[in-house]
Amino acid sequence: MIDFDRVTVTYDGAATPAIADVTLHVPEGELCLVVGPTGSGKSTLLSAVNGLVPHFTGGRLAGRVTVAGRDTRDHPPRELADIVGLVGQDPAAGFVTDVVTDELAYTMESIGLAPDVMRRRIEDTLDLLGLADLRDRPLATLSGGQKQRVAIGSVLTAHPRVLVLDEPTSALDPPAADEVLAALQRLVHDLGLTVLLAEHRLERVAQYADRIVYVPGGGRPVDVDTPARVMATAAVAPPVVELGRLAGWDPLPLSIRDARRLAGPLRARLAGASPARAARPAGATAAEVRGLVAGYGSTVALRGVDLALRRGEVVALMGRNGAGKSTLLGSLVGLLRPRAGTVTVDGRPPHRQPPRELVRHVGLVPQDPTDLLYADTVAAESALADADAGSPGRTAGLLDRLAPGIDGGTHPRDLSEGQRLALALAIVLASAPPVLLLDEPTRGLDYGAKARLAAVLADLADRGHAVLLATHDVELAAEVADRTVVLADGEVVADGPTRDVVTQSPSFAPQVAKILAPDPWLTVTDVRTALTHA
Amino acid sequence: MGLPASFVVPRGLHPGAWWLWALGLATAASRTRNPVLLLIIAAVAGCVVAARRTEAPWARAYATFLKLGLVVIAIRVVLQSLFGLPLPGHVVLTLPAVDLPSWAAGVRIGGPVTREEITAAAYDGLRLATLLCCLGAANALANPFRLLRCLPGALYEAGVAVVVAMSFAPQAVTAVSRVRAARRLRGRPDRGIRALRGLAMPVLEGALERSVALAASMDSRGYGRSAGLPARTRRLTAALVLGGLLGVCAGTYGLLDASASGLLGLPLLAAGAALAVAGLTLGGRRVSRTRYRPDPWAGPEWLTVACGLVVATAFVVAGARSPAALAPAVAPLVVPPLPPLAAAGALLAVLPAWLTPSPAAARAAVHTGQSAVREPA
Repeated sequence: MIDFDRVTVTYDGAATPAIADVTLHVPEGELCLVVGPTGSGKSTLLSAVNGLVPHFTGGRLAGRVTVAGRDTRDHPPRELADIVGLVGQDPAAGFVTDVVTDELAYTMESIGLAPDVMRRRIEDTLDLLGLADLRDRPLATLSGGQKQRVAIGSVLTAHPRVLVLDEPTSALDPPAADEVLAALQRLVHDLGLTVLLAEHRLERVAQYADRIVYVPGGGRPVDVDTPARVMATAAVAPPVVELGRLAGWDPLPLSIRDARRLAGPLRARLAGASPARAARPAGATAAEVRGLVAGYGSTVALRGVDLALRRGEVVALMGRNGAGKSTLLGSLVGLLRPRAGTVTVDGRPPHRQPPRELVRHVGLVPQDPTDLLYADTVAAESALADADAGSPGRTAGLLDRLAPGIDGGTHPRDLSEGQRLALALAIVLASAPPVLLLDEPTRGLDYGAKARLAAVLADLADRGHAVLLATHDVELAAEVADRTVVLADGEVVADGPTRDVVTQSPSFAPQVAKILAPDPWLTVTDVRTALTHA
Repeated sequence: MGLPASFVVPRGLHPGAWWLWALGLATAASRTRNPVLLLIIAAVAGCVVAARRTEAPWARAYATFLKLGLVVIAIRVVLQSLFGLPLPGHVVLTLPAVDLPSWAAGVRIGGPVTREEITAAAYDGLRLATLLCCLGAANALANPFRLLRCLPGALYEAGVAVVVAMSFAPQAVTAVSRVRAARRLRGRPDRGIRALRGLAMPVLEGALERSVALAASMDSRGYGRSAGLPARTRRLTAALVLGGLLGVCAGTYGLLDASASGLLGLPLLAAGAALAVAGLTLGGRRVSRTRYRPDPWAGPEWLTVACGLVVATAFVVAGARSPAALAPAVAPLVVPPLPPLAAAGALLAVLPAWLTPSPAAARAAVHTGQSAVREPA
C-alpha cells in the first residue's frame, strides 16, 4: 500500500538529510508504528506519505514514494486526499471550519462526494469516534481529546485507504487515548485500513502494532521488523518491554495480558520483597489552597479544592482533560483570581503580586513551553532570564545540566520539543522559586528525555523545591511522584501516596503495577532494585 | 398541526432569507420619516431577533447596532443644534453664537435652537438608527459561515479565505491571553504599553505558524483539487468574470447617473451580468466539490422574504398615496399620523418570529442539557 524506494529527504539549507535511504513496504491492512528519538525524522517520514514533503515543505526528495500505486512525485497532497488521511501533531491548527459536523464534511466536500453519502458517513464517524453529543458544538469549545477525535474523524469521512497519524494520543488523558486507539484498531480490523502511526508513548500503542519502523535518526538506516524483535534491542521501549527484558521473558511480551501470563515466576521471586523507595522528608508547607473556587468566564473549573504542597515533595496532578488541572496551576501562579477560598504561595496570595516579585516564589512551565520563549537565540534567552533573576550565567548552567550540548546560537523555535522544555525549565528555575509547577511536561518527549526530566525533578525535590506536575503520563507519575492528587470535575477525588492512588484505579495504574498486581510494584526501577538486593 | 416539516423541524433559516427580509424592512425605513412607523419597524426587527437568534457570537449584533443607532440620533441632534440651517419656529434654547465674516454667510455656529429643527433632526436620526437596526437584525440572525457557503463554486476559494480570516480573530484573542500569561510567568509586566510591544511579536509569530499548519492541512484534505481543466479554460473564466464585473459597474453607473443616457446603462448592466454569470458557471465546473447539507430554501424562507417584500411594497404604495403621512410636517409641528396601510405592512414583518423553525442550536442544547434557546410561546 505504501512503498518507499530508497528515499532521502534533504531540506533546503540543511547539511544532512532528514531521512536517508529509507526503503519501506507497508502492505494493505497493516498497523505500522514509527518510533525513534525526538528529532530523528519521524514527522518527515509521515509527511512524505501524502506528498506534503516535498510539495508543501520544500526540500529535495530523492527516490520514490508510491501510495496505492500513485507516485507522490506526480500527485500533490490534494490529489491524494481520497486515499491518504493525515492528522498532524496539533489537531486544532488544521481545523478549517467552525462546527464539528462541517469539519467532518470538509474533506468530503473537497473530494466531491454526493450529499447523501456525506450524511451517512458523518453519522457513522460520529458514532465510531463517540462524537455524537458534540455534533453541533463549535470547535473552539472542545477539549483537547475531543479535538483530536474530530481531527481523526475529519479525514476518516473520506474513507481513505491509508491513515497517517503524528502522535495522536500525546495530548490525551489515558481513557481518551484508549478510546482513540480502540477506534483505530476497529478501523484496521473491520475496514482494512492501513495505518502509519508515530508515537512516543509506546506503552499505549506497541501492543496494537503489526510492525515497527525504528527511525534511529542521524542518517542511520531504518529498522523494520515485528514489534517483539525491534523492542528487544531498541533504545526506546515501554515499561512492559523493560520488565520483560529484566525478567528475561521470551517471547518478549508487548501487552499487559501477555506479560501477566508470563509474570508468575517473577511475582514468586519478588514475594518476600517490598518496593523500597527512600521517602523524602517532607518539609514546611510551600503552597496551600483552601476551598478554592475558580474558573474562566461563566464556567467554574474548580469547585472548592483543598491542597497543600510541602517543600521537598513531588506531587502529580492527574485527571481527565478539562478536570481543572490547568486552572489549579493558573491559580497558584496568580493568573486567575480566586472566586472563593484562598491561595497562598510561599506565604503570600499570588494574584496580588507584581510579576517581577512573583517569579521568585513560584514558577510555571506552561503546556506549550514556546510561550515562554521570545528571544532570537538560546543565548539571548538565557541572558534575559539571568537579568530578570539577577544571577548571571545561571540559566546557561541549568540548561547545560538539563539538556547538554545545545548551541547558544540556535533559534528557540528550531529546538526539539525536549530541548525547548529544558530551556523553559531552565528559565523558570533561574529565579530559584521554591514552588515549581509543570503543565503536561512530557508532550513530545521520548523515553530518554523523560528519564532525564524525572531525574531533574527528583533532584529539585531533594534540594527542597516543591514540585507540582499536571500530567496524563502515568508512567512518569509512578516514577517521580511521592504523592498523587486526582481531580475530577473540579473536585479532588483522591489525594495520597502515589503507590496507593494509582494502583486503585485501572486507568491511572502504570504498566508494571498492572502486570504484577496485586503486589504494589510501580516501576521497573523498583523491581530492578528489589531483584538486585534479593 | 398539519404544517410541513420545513416549518417545524428546528434548523437555522437560510441566511439569504434573513438578509432579504431585513433589506425589505430597511427599504421601508428609508421611505419614511414618520417616527411611529420607524419605531414599529425597529421593534419588529428586535422582536424577531429575540425569538430566532442563536447563542453564536454574532447573535449579539442587534444590541450593538441598536446602541450605535442611539448614538447616531444623539449626534444628529447635537450637530443640528450647533451647525444646522435654522428652521423658524418656537425657540427652546439659545446657544452662544459665533459671528462669522460675511463670506461665510449660510454657515452658522450656535444661535437660537427651535423645537422644529430639533424634531426634524431627531426624525432623520431615527431613520438612520432604524436602518442600522435592520442591518443589526440581519447580522444577528444570519450565520455568516453559512452565508459564505452559498457562494457560487467559482468564488469558493474566496469564501474559504474569509472563513479562515474570521476564525483568526477569536484565536488571536486566545493567543494574546496566553502570551500575556507567559509574560507574567517570566516576571514581565503583563499590562500597559510596554507589555503590548512584547505581545505583538509572539502573537504574530503564532498566527504565521498557524497559517502554515492550516495550509498544510487544507492541502492534504483536498483543497483546490482540479477536475483536470486546461489552463486555457481557467484564463477564459477569469476574463469572463472580470469583464462581466466591469460591465456591471459601468451599467450601474449609467443607470444611476441621471445625465447619462438610460439607453447606455441598462444594456451594459445586462450584458455585464450575463458575462459574469457565464464566467462563474464556467469556473464553477472547474471545482469538483459538493456541499454537505446545503441550507434548504423552503416554505419558511419564501414566507420570510415575502414578509420583507410586503413591508417594502406597503411603504412605497403608502408613500405614493399620501406622502404627508410618511413624512409628517415639523413646521408647524404636528402629532405624527399613523397611516394604516404602512403600519399594517410593518406589523406583518413580525410573522417570521413565529412562522419560521426555531434555530438549530436548540438541538445542541438538548444534548448538553443547557437551555441555549428560549422557546417562543
